[in-house]
Amino acid sequence: MKSVFGDRKTIIILLGPALLLYVLLKIVPVAWSLGLSFFEGNSLRGFEFVGVDNFVKFFNDGAALQSVGVSVVFAVLATAGQVTIGYLLALLYVFVLRRGSAFVRTAVFFPMVLPTVAVALLFKSFVSVGANQGPVNDLINFFGFDSVEFLASGAGTMAVALVMTWWGSMGFYAVLLFTGLLDIPEEVIESARLDGANGLKLVRHIVIPLSLPILLSSLIFSFNSTLKVFDSLLALNGGGPGTQTAPLTLYMYRTAFEYAEYGYGSTIAVILTVLCLVFTLAIFRSSRTKVED
Amino acid sequence: MTALTISPTATETPQPPRRNRQPMGRRVMRAVRRLPVWILVALLLIVVLYPQLWMVLGSFKTQAEFLSNPTWALPEALNFDNYIQAFTRGNVAVNYWNSLLVTIPSVAAIVLLGVAAGYALEVMIWKGRHGVLLFILAGIMVPGQMILVPLFTVYFRANLTDTLWPLIITYVVMGIPLTTFLMAAYFRAVPREMFEAATVDGSGPLRSFFIIGLPMMKNAILTVGLVQFFSVWNDLLIALTFTTRSELATIQVGLLSLSDEYGSTQYGPLFAAISINIIVLLIVFVFLNKKIMAGLAAGSVKG
Repeated sequence: MKSVFGDRKTIIILLGPALLLYVLLKIVPVAWSLGLSFFEGNSLRGFEFVGVDNFVKFFNDGAALQSVGVSVVFAVLATAGQVTIGYLLALLYVFVLRRGSAFVRTAVFFPMVLPTVAVALLFKSFVSVGANQGPVNDLINFFGFDSVEFLASGAGTMAVALVMTWWGSMGFYAVLLFTGLLDIPEEVIESARLDGANGLKLVRHIVIPLSLPILLSSLIFSFNSTLKVFDSLLALNGGGPGTQTAPLTLYMYRTAFEYAEYGYGSTIAVILTVLCLVFTLAIFRSSRTKVED
Repeated sequence: MTALTISPTATETPQPPRRNRQPMGRRVMRAVRRLPVWILVALLLIVVLYPQLWMVLGSFKTQAEFLSNPTWALPEALNFDNYIQAFTRGNVAVNYWNSLLVTIPSVAAIVLLGVAAGYALEVMIWKGRHGVLLFILAGIMVPGQMILVPLFTVYFRANLTDTLWPLIITYVVMGIPLTTFLMAAYFRAVPREMFEAATVDGSGPLRSFFIIGLPMMKNAILTVGLVQFFSVWNDLLIALTFTTRSELATIQVGLLSLSDEYGSTQYGPLFAAISINIIVLLIVFVFLNKKIMAGLAAGSVKG
């Protein structure tokens, strides 16, 4: 029996292609990028070894630091909103709508599968001013206020991007956390109810502690994906006005492919990767100690 | 649930007339108490559905309607001019075709490679398989930006930049880690006896994979395939980086350039193009929403 499941030829035939592609086109490029980050130039102009100059340059580059700020602020706020709204929705599904929640769950989830580009263009039109004014400003005018040009400022663009991100993903986090809440044994909640825990008290002392692991997973997943935000900020306002809402990913893309600075572009990619790892570990660490308390 | 079934029997008196009236009153009371909930749900649905509805309706409006009617007005007539214009001037048809040409082979390859690798890592028994699984899993954490520059160089040197191959190859490579990982997890849930029984019946190891392993994963393949379909279809970064000519643009790249072209001057064709994009996904979603929701959730928790 063991010999059949240990058949070397079969393992190579089944695993070989995937592993080969993965190593050749993912692992090698990662190492290559890491190496490139110590060079300057591109494949046409040639490369020149500059040591850690690119990293030094990065920390003195105003635009780069601004883009780090944009990425981190966006990731923190987007994550906070996504997980909070998602959790509130999940509580609504489990404790208020109960069995009747299937339709609402599905409808609220749907925007998640829409292309970010489409959603961003939709929201761009939704808040627009002028000749083709969108409903948001029509509503503002209706209450007697002047139209607001949201996309004319960095803060306004960021606000629209956040609302749009929450809108698109709240249903997804709701379903994720809903599944987690369903795993809480019915008896635990029943007995807590008998002990007089109700409403908010029940949520605070029983539901939240018991759903902490899934909350943690959601936080890590959300933070990891929003830190890599690219499509939504590019499609919404091109990272503008100016570069005020250009995240690190967009800065990297422009540096590498619009200005053909492969070396410096790779440096930015490396810093993005490190940032993702550090934040994931940080959230993981801090929440882990909290769970153990 | 339990409270609902217990309370009537506990408080109800058995007399017929009262029994008829009391649940009635109680039902009204319940409805009134549920009113805030219904208002909340209605608001929620409006927030979710209205923007989409607004845009689909907008795709039927003429430019004159955009300029003179309030933005929440319904279109005056169901005219398809915007759709025609999007298809003819906006290249939407070409973009769609490119997206299909890229998505179908990519997803097929990702799923096939992922199932095979998952089987080799979970059902087959050999030294170091856990290490290899972890090694593949690590790929999920790496941002796409990290591999763009080297891949761009390679594709350029291999003379692939004037084709759709760079997109397909990159999507396959980016899809492999999560798919392999999910497939290994699905195989783990199958009792080992199933695979052992197949080999007892005399089928060779590779044959067992195709005859037992692969069919057994039909559901999982559909779920994982859908997840990959959405991530490939909706991608902008890879498509933007590796499509050098507009004839090779996928639907998302096309939308982005369409919006630059029309800007805030003409919403009709832009809305039509976005609506076409959304309607197809809506149809897929309506039929397969349970699988999609389960798949995306599994992908995030495990990944």
